[in-house]
Amino acid sequence: MPEQKVVDTDYLLLEAPRERKFITGAQAMAEAVKRANVDMAIAYPITPQSEVMHLVGDLWAQGYLKDYYRAEEEYGAFSAIAGAARGGARVFTATSGPGLLRGLEAIVSWPGHRVPAVLGVLTRVVNAPLSIQPDNIEISYLLNCGAVVLHAENQQDVFDFTLAAFAIAEMVDVYIPVAVATEGFFVTHAKGYVDLPPEDMKLPDKNPYKSPVPPTDCEIPPARIQRDAPVQKSNFMSYLIHAVWQQEIWSSNARAMKYIYKYLKGPIEVINPDAEVFVVASGCAAAQAREAVRYSQLEGLNVGLVKVKSIRPFPEKEIREVLKNAKGIVIPEHNIVGWLAREVRSVIPNNDRVVNGPRVYGGMTLPTELILDEIYKILGIKKDRKVLV
Amino acid sequence: MGLEYVRITTGFEDYMPKDYVDLVKYGQFGKEYDIQELGTFKELLEEHPMCAGCFMAYFVRVFYASLPNPEDTIVIGTAGCARLALSQAAVPFIYGNYGDTNAVASGLKRALKIRFPDKEKDVVVVAGDGGLMDIGFGMTMHSWFRRENFTTIMVDNEVYGNTGGQESGMTRKGIQLKMAPKGKKFDKINVVELAKAAGCVYVARISPTNPKRIAKTIKRAILAARHFGPTFIHAYTSCNIEYSIPTEKVLEDARKREKEDFAFYEYMTDEVKEYFEQIENKGKQQPSEVKA
Repeated sequence: MPEQKVVDTDYLLLEAPRERKFITGAQAMAEAVKRANVDMAIAYPITPQSEVMHLVGDLWAQGYLKDYYRAEEEYGAFSAIAGAARGGARVFTATSGPGLLRGLEAIVSWPGHRVPAVLGVLTRVVNAPLSIQPDNIEISYLLNCGAVVLHAENQQDVFDFTLAAFAIAEMVDVYIPVAVATEGFFVTHAKGYVDLPPEDMKLPDKNPYKSPVPPTDCEIPPARIQRDAPVQKSNFMSYLIHAVWQQEIWSSNARAMKYIYKYLKGPIEVINPDAEVFVVASGCAAAQAREAVRYSQLEGLNVGLVKVKSIRPFPEKEIREVLKNAKGIVIPEHNIVGWLAREVRSVIPNNDRVVNGPRVYGGMTLPTELILDEIYKILGIKKDRKVLV
Repeated sequence: MGLEYVRITTGFEDYMPKDYVDLVKYGQFGKEYDIQELGTFKELLEEHPMCAGCFMAYFVRVFYASLPNPEDTIVIGTAGCARLALSQAAVPFIYGNYGDTNAVASGLKRALKIRFPDKEKDVVVVAGDGGLMDIGFGMTMHSWFRRENFTTIMVDNEVYGNTGGQESGMTRKGIQLKMAPKGKKFDKINVVELAKAAGCVYVARISPTNPKRIAKTIKRAILAARHFGPTFIHAYTSCNIEYSIPTEKVLEDARKREKEDFAFYEYMTDEVKEYFEQIENKGKQQPSEVKA
């Protein structure tokens, strides 16, 4: 491995020169870990999630990380991540579909434990019957645990979001986990162009004492005397303490927004802000939506795109503002429940403007034509379209 | 840092809680007390909300009084009775999700090794039979397979005491408990043999009737874990509530079980044995390196 020099976080994320590479999404995530000065990664396999944790294991073998091991199963992996983070280490792991659900109890306790871990979620079907294809219904299970959840559209996003995730997670006023999700296969196994900063640069060391909750390392006074451990008090006290703590976690989540603006250029990307009809999408569906918007514009239709990069914190104000004059809103998704449509409908007035769909699931691809059909319906265009453009 | 973090900032002596001042002045930090002196020094655990006459509470108290290096020790527990006392001691305590103690301890110990490579930071898991041998079984076993450098102490009350008295894998066969309305159908798990087979370098089974022996066993387990690999103590800590043992009969019951199936047992690898011979023959139980 090349000798890595520590550079300022803002420099590495925003200013360092970049070189274009043609790599898979899995490689892009590992490239981010390579530059993130990660202390420990703990892995558990799931088939066929992605090769992220294999590549991270190779990084450890090369000396980029200080410790790495294959845990016994997901619950053990994610619990160990919590232990390592509480010992003051910078930690990373990645999982997918059923693995995420198996370890979900551990993951949902990370925010409350103030574990600033970065979690890669390379989505995969979780419902029976069995399938190993991408389907992002699993993201909906993450939305209410307090973690920051970013959804990457392509390989470049995977790199940028993951590297930024380490910076965001460890901000003193945030200090909760950040999950970076993207669709398995479509992004993780496919190659795309990614502009990468030099591999001989890395983020500064983690400073565990720059934290709202100090690490459990016997270095911080005073010795902890938990005579007032909340759960041992009356139910009233227990509930109250829990409620206050959860409020703080969600406030931390909201405070992540300013760093999402700083490092990811905001929680949404908008194309054609004066459009009559918008397609709102996240992750891989945003790529299909982007194509649908491009075709629509070629056909002279006034259609725009809202790509949602941050699902938590959810960009309520931004989405309300951009959709204020929209006649109709199409929300294509790679899952059956339509969790993004629910989110959008919950933050805009007159939400009957939202078209729930098209949705594909089970890991099927999302044809651009399906999105266009919904756009035509909103605009009252009757078109028996066989060939695009 | 160790002792530095249990020092009171000059000028604040009059404003610190009395418990804390007593801990610094008369407590175990930086001092070596013999377990026989229990009651003459400020203990790391004094008050707790466990049931009157609970033998587990007694064991936990002796456990804290036996730590070789309390100022650099972190205790990890899980849901269950023991946690009620563990979380109120003057030693950092981590309480994770049910059964995940040995996974959390694995991550914690490794992180502390990365951050403090030249310093001993002891990690000790103290959890019940349900947490370690039922729900956490895989994580317990794999921490041993991986040869993680920490001690696991199972406080075995042979029942899910904290959730109202259900049978566990450590309940003896035939015992009738909630969720075993016709009596437990299979034998108590032989966890001592499991620990040996799984790679623990020091394994002990005790019915904690003798505080001196408990102290020695705990110190040995923690010291061996630092240098050689995982260590395990299986301690019988009866549940006087669910098994209806009158408070005054709790110690009698422990002695009875000691004769029946909890006879003191100690296993160690040859290298651990050699290590103990070296350090314990120096005349003092604690080698100088312990307080390094």
